[in-house]
Amino acid sequence: MAVADERPIGFGRMKRKEDPRFIRGQGNYVDDIRLPGMLYGAALRSPLAHARIVSIDTSAALQHPKVRAVITGKDLEGHGLAWMPTLSADTQAVLATDKVRFQGQEVAFVVADDHYAARDALELIDVEYDPLPVVVDPRKALDPDAPVIRDDKEGQTDNHIFDWQAGDEAEAERVFADADVVVVTQEIPYQRVHPCPLETCGAVADYDGVTGKLRLWCTTQAPHAHRTLYALVAGLPEHKIQVIAPDIGGGFGNKVPIYPGYVCSIVASIATGKPVKWVEDRTENLTSTGFARDYVMRGKIAADRDGKIRGLRVDVIADHGAFNAAAQPTKYPAGFFHVFTGSYDLEAAYCTVRGVYTNKAPGGIAYRCSFRVTEAAYLVERMVDLLADELEIDPAELRLKNFIRADQFPYTTKTGWTYDSGDYETTMREAMRIAGYEELLREQAEKRARGEYMGIGMSFFTETVGAGPRAMMDIAGLGMADGAELRLHPTGKAVLRISVETQGQGHETTFAQIVAEELGIPPEDVEVVHGDTDQTPFGLGTYGSRSTPVSGAATAMVARKVRDKARLIASAALEVAPDDLEWEKGRWFVKGDPEKGQTIQELALASHGSLELPEGVEGHLDAEAVYNPPNLTYPYGAYICVVDIDPGTGEVKVRRFVAVDDCGVRINPMVVEGQIHGGLAEGVGIALMQHVAFDEQGNCLSGSLMDYLVPSSMEVPDWELGETVTPSPHHPIGAKGVGESANVGSPPAVINAVVDALAPFGVRHVDMPATPARVWAAIQGGTPR
Amino acid sequence: MQVPAPFDYARASSIDEALAMLERLGPEARLVAGGHSLLPMMKLRLATPEHLIDINPLEAELGYIREDDGEIRIGALTRHRDILESELLARHFPIIRDAEEKIADPPVRNRGTIGGALCQADPSEDLNAVCAALGAVAVIQGRAGERVVGMTEFHQGPYETAVGDAEMLVEVRIPLRAHGGSAYEKVKRRAGDWAIAAAGAALWLDGSNVTAAGIALSAVNPRGVRSTRAEESLIGRPPSEDGFAAAAALAAEDCDPIGDQRGPADYKRHLARELTHRALRRAAERALAS
Amino acid sequence: MQINLTVNGEQRSAEAEPRTLLVHFLREQLGLTGTHWGCDTSNCGACVVLLDGAPVKSCTTLAAMAEGQDVRTVEGLERDGQLDPVQQGFVEEHGLQCGFCTPGMLLTARALLDANPHPTDEEIKVAISGQICRCTGYKNIVAAIHWAAEHAEEVTA
Repeated sequence: MAVADERPIGFGRMKRKEDPRFIRGQGNYVDDIRLPGMLYGAALRSPLAHARIVSIDTSAALQHPKVRAVITGKDLEGHGLAWMPTLSADTQAVLATDKVRFQGQEVAFVVADDHYAARDALELIDVEYDPLPVVVDPRKALDPDAPVIRDDKEGQTDNHIFDWQAGDEAEAERVFADADVVVVTQEIPYQRVHPCPLETCGAVADYDGVTGKLRLWCTTQAPHAHRTLYALVAGLPEHKIQVIAPDIGGGFGNKVPIYPGYVCSIVASIATGKPVKWVEDRTENLTSTGFARDYVMRGKIAADRDGKIRGLRVDVIADHGAFNAAAQPTKYPAGFFHVFTGSYDLEAAYCTVRGVYTNKAPGGIAYRCSFRVTEAAYLVERMVDLLADELEIDPAELRLKNFIRADQFPYTTKTGWTYDSGDYETTMREAMRIAGYEELLREQAEKRARGEYMGIGMSFFTETVGAGPRAMMDIAGLGMADGAELRLHPTGKAVLRISVETQGQGHETTFAQIVAEELGIPPEDVEVVHGDTDQTPFGLGTYGSRSTPVSGAATAMVARKVRDKARLIASAALEVAPDDLEWEKGRWFVKGDPEKGQTIQELALASHGSLELPEGVEGHLDAEAVYNPPNLTYPYGAYICVVDIDPGTGEVKVRRFVAVDDCGVRINPMVVEGQIHGGLAEGVGIALMQHVAFDEQGNCLSGSLMDYLVPSSMEVPDWELGETVTPSPHHPIGAKGVGESANVGSPPAVINAVVDALAPFGVRHVDMPATPARVWAAIQGGTPR
Repeated sequence: MQVPAPFDYARASSIDEALAMLERLGPEARLVAGGHSLLPMMKLRLATPEHLIDINPLEAELGYIREDDGEIRIGALTRHRDILESELLARHFPIIRDAEEKIADPPVRNRGTIGGALCQADPSEDLNAVCAALGAVAVIQGRAGERVVGMTEFHQGPYETAVGDAEMLVEVRIPLRAHGGSAYEKVKRRAGDWAIAAAGAALWLDGSNVTAAGIALSAVNPRGVRSTRAEESLIGRPPSEDGFAAAAALAAEDCDPIGDQRGPADYKRHLARELTHRALRRAAERALAS
Repeated sequence: MQINLTVNGEQRSAEAEPRTLLVHFLREQLGLTGTHWGCDTSNCGACVVLLDGAPVKSCTTLAAMAEGQDVRTVEGLERDGQLDPVQQGFVEEHGLQCGFCTPGMLLTARALLDANPHPTDEEIKVAISGQICRCTGYKNIVAAIHWAAEHAEEVTA
């Protein structure tokens, strides 16, 4: 739908303000940055998944005419920098000292005049390794004979990281004992995947020895948090560190952690006195940076014969790789997985999550997971379908029967979440209407009679996003409340400074639209400043769909403060009491005398002029706010997927995908739809082709885009979107956030469709990714009824 | 991004010059045309030639598709895209367009050449199977002159061909025969991926019986692509579903797939059978319509 | 070695090693950073430029191999302050989010429409099938290219 004619002042479809530079190739990404005298860094990485380092010989590399420095773990050790804290209160090696613990781990860092020479110099470093036994299967990580990976940690004698639980175990057991039907799943893994943004991670570090100032351009979704952590870790004064996120070519959670390459480029800049650029290649990105998922789940669902779901229990083994570098609020080592009760009204629920180390890359929280909501939604939506299959009830009907009802909101789940608002039935029925559900069922019956295999799958997900109240939610001790600052210039234009960091979500447009909605200033007149920690207020960054719920709220609050201040200035300008003024978008006017008013632009000028201001009112027209969310927000959606499967080859074709999302109030529907389209493509990829796989020796088998497959234009259908709007009652503009919804909701819809298609073969489950080989094997191994 | 190790570079302005350079520079010299087989390997440093001889200047001389003397002749420097778009080829050998539509992706096809693909001899490469099914021959030129080899002799194993030192492939020739039909079937995980398995089939009829057949598979046998047993099983009989099934079973027996990221060996062997059957069916339809 | 080529209609010349890839030559020697890169194995297509009018992956081409040829990058789409319809189409239809794949997509769109002024959905999808977008899910890219096809005569500043 074209947007050429729409220029809303406030919410609505409008073209993006950031586009002009991107369509001209004038984006400014990290690798575009060039500073005088800049050097290039490259990391040498371990080819082995687990080995003792016997020796590192850098002499040949140091003799290369273009090499300026070579840094090893030993060099960093002297400065206490060989290890750094992770966002999960663990530690991670910056450069390996005693051992390497995953294939791809950083072992040395060269700095050279150009990046071709840096790459050449890597081959001149000679490392001798003494291989150790490897464990890659999280189910085996706690076997008595498993090698201990984190022997660097005092008191660590196995590969156990944490145990966590939520819900009421006794109550769950009582319900399971009492219910008519209990369906126990086999293992349902959510495979290790990787967000794979098109731009890899990188940084340019520029340390000025005279001023003591470090400027760091970096692919970071959380510039302020990074700045504070660098200050704590590197001992540099925080006011002397400036982190700048320029344009970022996609993040999807991959750009939240601090990576060793960033730290090494900082150290290298300090050591050489020159700017140092480090940008990883794609293999490094896929094999060493923050992966996503890798949960092995086993659940049971209890219901009565009539289809009333009564209880849900899940036990999870969580693979965190060699270092627990996952980024989630500290009180929740399993993220928000305990939202696995989904969209259903249950009597009881209980989950356990056991985190373990393996000889694989560190991470776990990424790829639009909303802090493990992706895993939770996949699990519950598969289990509801398994139950539907067991009870021989239509899966849509089973869901409708068990949804939390609209009149039950706000609804507190059995694991402690208070969902803010929802009308699930309306959204579900809208998806069924757009899909033509009854017609699809008829078509499926006809095709089955002809030996053609079509599947209809659905998912209904509820997310918990917008972290979060600072008392409950912090990362590395930094509370997840975000600031915003708004300043109006004398000529009525505005600059908004926000804490969050777009990687394509369109903040330069949508946040201007929030100000426009509150103040009536056209979005073109609002400059949105983001990404530079010297220019913007503190916040925890963009991930977990939190920009609109948290920073969007801060923006609304700060705009309202400006509006309130403008009222006081208007009362002085118009010589009436403030209570005698009324607001219409863009101006304060005298009640009963609408001709007599002042536009916001006039008030901006007046605030900078010679007008005598009321007692206690300072000049200028600006405000700041820090928004501490009272709760998270709960966007939801109903997705329906139609697939056709060729039983002779196992190929799955996604024919249609219907997505009806409810993310509350939509600031810019065009931007919202784009977020959904992108997330749906990711989900189809996860369901059908993506997997970061390893062999028994810990060799990564998916270290390039030849084997880590992401969807092209040929593998995706024409997305069909619908919407319902159920505002969040606690959010200032009623918005809930939507950035991750489509990645949360689509994999279960696709897999449910695949399993549905294969039902005639007696297939009840297919693991992701449902590659042609897997689908074919499922057909061979199915147990026909 | 990963980048190649250093090398010397020269451009050849004639075939003779290219051959002379190969002879002078020895085994550490490689020809580069489209570069989409060689350069990716060089970037990963799996190949580190000391000298690259760029033969793109020979495109005028070696980039052509023409009918000549009862054959279709394709110059070695003909780009995949031109092969895909050629109506001459599509009319005579629909297997070629079937295959090219699924080789790599459009930007790669704009540069990659048939010569580069055949000489790289990746076991999953498609044109080798296509040429083998069509009974094509390869024309190799050396300092001493030209020699012509059949595809079975040309393709000697993974990444090994009959092209010797100081020689280059210059042309592929496909004989024209009446009443033929051909087709290619390929299964892959995603657009642009190599085949999990692929099968090419060509049939020629005389009246109602099959007089000649070519069946060649890709990605399921490191050593060779043709299944002569499968071909022979069809000769002298009319094309039929039972015949296709029997030939497909033989082709599946003759292949030797390796289990890997794309799938286990039993699945690939199944695909060999399934795709051979489908390719034969479509080839027969086209032969009957011709 | 000295490498000479025409880039966006201008004669350009710079010194580079033979192994310098065209994408790096454009970005570094010529300072044209609109062309991006995103992988090591010629899969992602972020590096697509037009070489003698045809989309090619500039990460899999040596700069030396483009000697004497005609290269068009994203910087060469806008002419005399007027955007190409493909550029405008991507803005109109929200065919970009992070912008990283966009230069390559724009050039492929331009080449497609030059050869086929009214492509079908399928033809568009095939044309861009060698280029990855992680943000848009492709639907709006297809819409953007249709927009450009339908507004071929309209150019805006």
